[in-house]
Amino acid sequence: MGNVVVDVMLKSEILDPQGQAVAFALPRLGFHQFTDVRQGKRFVLTVEGEVTDEVLAAAREAAETMLSNPVIEDVVSVRAQSRTGHLNGVEPQA
Amino acid sequence: MTQGALDTVAAAASSPEVEQPWADLGLKSDEYDRIREILGRRPTSAELAMYSVMWSEHCSYKSSKVHLAQFSDSTEAMKEKLLVGIGENAGVVDIGDGWAVTFKVESHNHPSYVEPYQGAATGVGGIVRDIMSMGARPIAVMDALRFGALDHPDTLRVLPGIVAGVGGYGNCLGLPNIGGEVVFDSCYQGNPLVNALSVGKMRIEDIHLAKASGVGNKVVLFGAKTGGDGIGGVSVLASETFDADGPAKRPAVQVGDPFAEKVLIECCLDLYAAHVVDGIQDLGGAGLSCATSELASNGDGGMRVWLDRVPLRDASLRVEEILMSESQERMMAVVEPGRLEEFMAIAKRWDVEATVVGEVTDGKNLEVFWAGELVVDVPPRSVAHDGPVYNRPMQRPAYLDALQANVPDGLARPADGEGLKAALLALMASPNLCDKSWITNQYDRYVMGNTALATPDDSGVVRVDEETGRGVAISTDCNSRYAKLDPYAGAQLALAEAYRNVSTAGAVPLAISDCLNFGSPEDPGVMWQFAEAVRGIAEGCRTLGIPVTGGNVSLYNQTGEEAIHPTPVVAVLGVMDDVARRTRSGWKEPDQVIYLLGTTADEFGGSAWTQVAHDHLGGLPPRVDLDRERRLGEILVDASRDGLVGAAHDLSEGGLAVALAEASLRNGVGARILLDEVCERDGVDAFTLLFSETAGRAIVAVPGDEQVRFTDLCVARGFAHARIGVVDDEGGALDVQGQFTLPFAELRTAHTATLPAIFASR
Amino acid sequence: MRVGVVTFPGSLDDHDAQRAVRLAGGEPVALWHGDDSLRDVDAVVLPGGFSYGDYLRAGAIARFAPVMSALVPAAKGGLPVLGICNGFQILCESHLLPGAMIQNDHRTFICRDQRLRVENAATAWTSGFEQGAEITVVLKNQDGQYVADRRTLHQLEGEGRVVFRYVVEEGGRNPNGSYRDIAGITNERGNVVGLMPHPEHAVEEGYGPSLDGLTFFRSVLSSVVNA
Repeated sequence: MGNVVVDVMLKSEILDPQGQAVAFALPRLGFHQFTDVRQGKRFVLTVEGEVTDEVLAAAREAAETMLSNPVIEDVVSVRAQSRTGHLNGVEPQA
Repeated sequence: MTQGALDTVAAAASSPEVEQPWADLGLKSDEYDRIREILGRRPTSAELAMYSVMWSEHCSYKSSKVHLAQFSDSTEAMKEKLLVGIGENAGVVDIGDGWAVTFKVESHNHPSYVEPYQGAATGVGGIVRDIMSMGARPIAVMDALRFGALDHPDTLRVLPGIVAGVGGYGNCLGLPNIGGEVVFDSCYQGNPLVNALSVGKMRIEDIHLAKASGVGNKVVLFGAKTGGDGIGGVSVLASETFDADGPAKRPAVQVGDPFAEKVLIECCLDLYAAHVVDGIQDLGGAGLSCATSELASNGDGGMRVWLDRVPLRDASLRVEEILMSESQERMMAVVEPGRLEEFMAIAKRWDVEATVVGEVTDGKNLEVFWAGELVVDVPPRSVAHDGPVYNRPMQRPAYLDALQANVPDGLARPADGEGLKAALLALMASPNLCDKSWITNQYDRYVMGNTALATPDDSGVVRVDEETGRGVAISTDCNSRYAKLDPYAGAQLALAEAYRNVSTAGAVPLAISDCLNFGSPEDPGVMWQFAEAVRGIAEGCRTLGIPVTGGNVSLYNQTGEEAIHPTPVVAVLGVMDDVARRTRSGWKEPDQVIYLLGTTADEFGGSAWTQVAHDHLGGLPPRVDLDRERRLGEILVDASRDGLVGAAHDLSEGGLAVALAEASLRNGVGARILLDEVCERDGVDAFTLLFSETAGRAIVAVPGDEQVRFTDLCVARGFAHARIGVVDDEGGALDVQGQFTLPFAELRTAHTATLPAIFASR
Repeated sequence: MRVGVVTFPGSLDDHDAQRAVRLAGGEPVALWHGDDSLRDVDAVVLPGGFSYGDYLRAGAIARFAPVMSALVPAAKGGLPVLGICNGFQILCESHLLPGAMIQNDHRTFICRDQRLRVENAATAWTSGFEQGAEITVVLKNQDGQYVADRRTLHQLEGEGRVVFRYVVEEGGRNPNGSYRDIAGITNERGNVVGLMPHPEHAVEEGYGPSLDGLTFFRSVLSSVVNA
């Protein structure tokens, strides 16, 4: 069993009201170092077997035709997630 | 999946000495002993879970039952239009022409403090399911919200979330929000109140009840899958008071999915239309424990349930958790075997998951199996209906004498016209009287295209029959400051106000539902308040001739020693032959004559003016005269029916001055008012006439040529009435001659700035 | 004259759209999302609501419904289609109209009576209006902010394809942050129109802010008759 992780973000030129609201609220909690926040979506797609190149290609197509709206969103990454939770080249949270 | 060691009935019978965590589950030792007595052995853990949840205050009404019995004491006249009374999911009334309407108001207070959005959202979801389960199409919602001080940081935490939750769930269901209340008082700081109302319509022959009868009939669970939502929510949350540092526990709060419920509504309506449902129950507080035990208890046989057939979202749930889960958007139907296929086909059309989980038996008990093992074997009535009944001690609170003696008579009053104007502006800008659009604009009022009247008019009016125009009007009201001063009178005044609001729109009051929000029943003073309020409503309903159809009790609304003010919210429902005739609260046509109905006395106890000008609460609330309210109601209904009035608005908080300001602001059309005659007739000064809160009064705008017919209505009922002015569409102001002129620009600014200043962040 | 109104799971204003068609003198035909037939109707309305709960994105799932496989080619072939609110969102997701809707800039649901200006009185759904007319219709939504890239906006403006614009007071803002105050647009041919506000709630005296909504439905009835 394997997972493909897809990250979708609003295009940079689109106003992100939710991200703005979060950016506004962070300083009130004492976080003053963040100059901007943008909010996106993360999808985890599960397959029965291993995540092959074909699976990744299918995930990318699904991402571009349904998981994202190309008018306002970009698919910023499509990656296999190993059984230990590692994304290719990304450390999982402790 | 594995359950670990399953605690079966056989195991329980053979191991009586096993220690059970009944205290942790909220049961008292005598209650635990009683369970052992009923079963003749120790309960299994699943049975213990069921009893603990079903015998909690929220589900069993153990502290309030003895008092609520008064509501069932109705006269024949009261029962005339009552099709389904107390005891079912919601009451149902006959509104004429073969139409039945069901309505109810319910609380979801504690969850909304913990998780404002989901607490409020699932509150709406729950009450709508109660309405659906009567066989009705839900047609509207209302919400009565009470918060702490407007400018307190915790109010900023809870209010936007609660409003977003009410709107988010109701809007997505496609139900217009036609009204409600928003009240701010520091007594609610740690205990905000969210009371949600729903109303539904159906043809009389389509009323469905929650009973399981007919041996061999199938029990079908349909809707969402069951997960770990709100496990123990009912007994843990509602019977716990919050300590002063904030919510100490974060138990699993229910999460709602309004889309799932919208689909469930349409699915249910198709099921009802196909006549494939024999009995139906919604799953709310106490989930499966409640649904199965109530259906079985109301029926004439027993029930067998195979719990392992329940579709699960979380495969790790234990038997006890499945029984206690409060996952939303689930219903349970009793279906004849021959109609099952059709039932399933309809569910499939709507992509609603439906599973046969049980059947009606010819035994007496409710039996629940897990993988072939019997884990629950109980008499259903003992769970659902014969729970503990407490006769809690009551005592008139020690503080009450001093509170009532602290009359407002000595408070400094405005001395001149400018002072009166300033007082009115302060009231119109005050949190309780200010414009609530920031909130109500988040609610869809138009969906379904049948909303004839909505907030800020006096009641919400919805058309039921598009051909004839037949419809209903509803209002929810409660002045808890009055109730704190005198719970009996305060409760009657809540009833009177809702009754008056419905009559003002032109509808004949038919029935009430109530949501009684009080502090801890373990405090004899609170228990006394509760008993007094219930007595007040019961006696008031008998005098007015309208029954209590059902309702809800929410206790333990207190933080430490401080209880909320007693808050008995009353919802009155009225009927109109043709909603096209509904009377609006604001005048528009010029030259109409404004009449004040009813006399005025010096009555400021608990009034808005004493709160805003002096932060004072003391004395007695205004006198109650229900016969006067009935006569006023008749005048307003007849006037509406005969088209004699262009507008009508009842007087309540802030008295005549606020009523005049509100009626003017509604359409931006002013008035010229002259008070001298009435001041003289009633023996009061201008300040008193403008701000006293004497009950049983209303203002109406009467077209010039209808005056005689209108005053005849009043004379026929011996009701005091007086001309106090004219509608003026040119002055752009509310002009009280000899006292002050208040231009709209100033009035509107004061009225509309308050909420956005706190909540609108741009 | 038969006007189809599609019901998706979660559609809310479908019965209201049917009522509007009836009051305008047409025959409403209920169309089911799961059927790929348009039942020979002369025009189609995609109504308001929260189809599929607005999951993923508003209209993103409805756009793949079987009924859309019949609707998209028919719309491209000239069938008059009106997308109201969620319907507009579905038309954008299906690429029958350009652009997209995101959350209202003030992040809350808003329900209000809204003034609009009719900037294109040549479409199938607006032929009954005077060019430049101001009307009052109901606006009620959470995700009503219309956005599009500069090229698209330039094209829409240049080709006169902005059908409705929010009337904004001096120094004020439109109710949801929509680019260029755009409330509704049309395709090149003028047969497909999408708008965020709800004309079906301005068709009956006492149940809406005006009767301006009736003109939408009367327009399409006369445009079909004249076709």
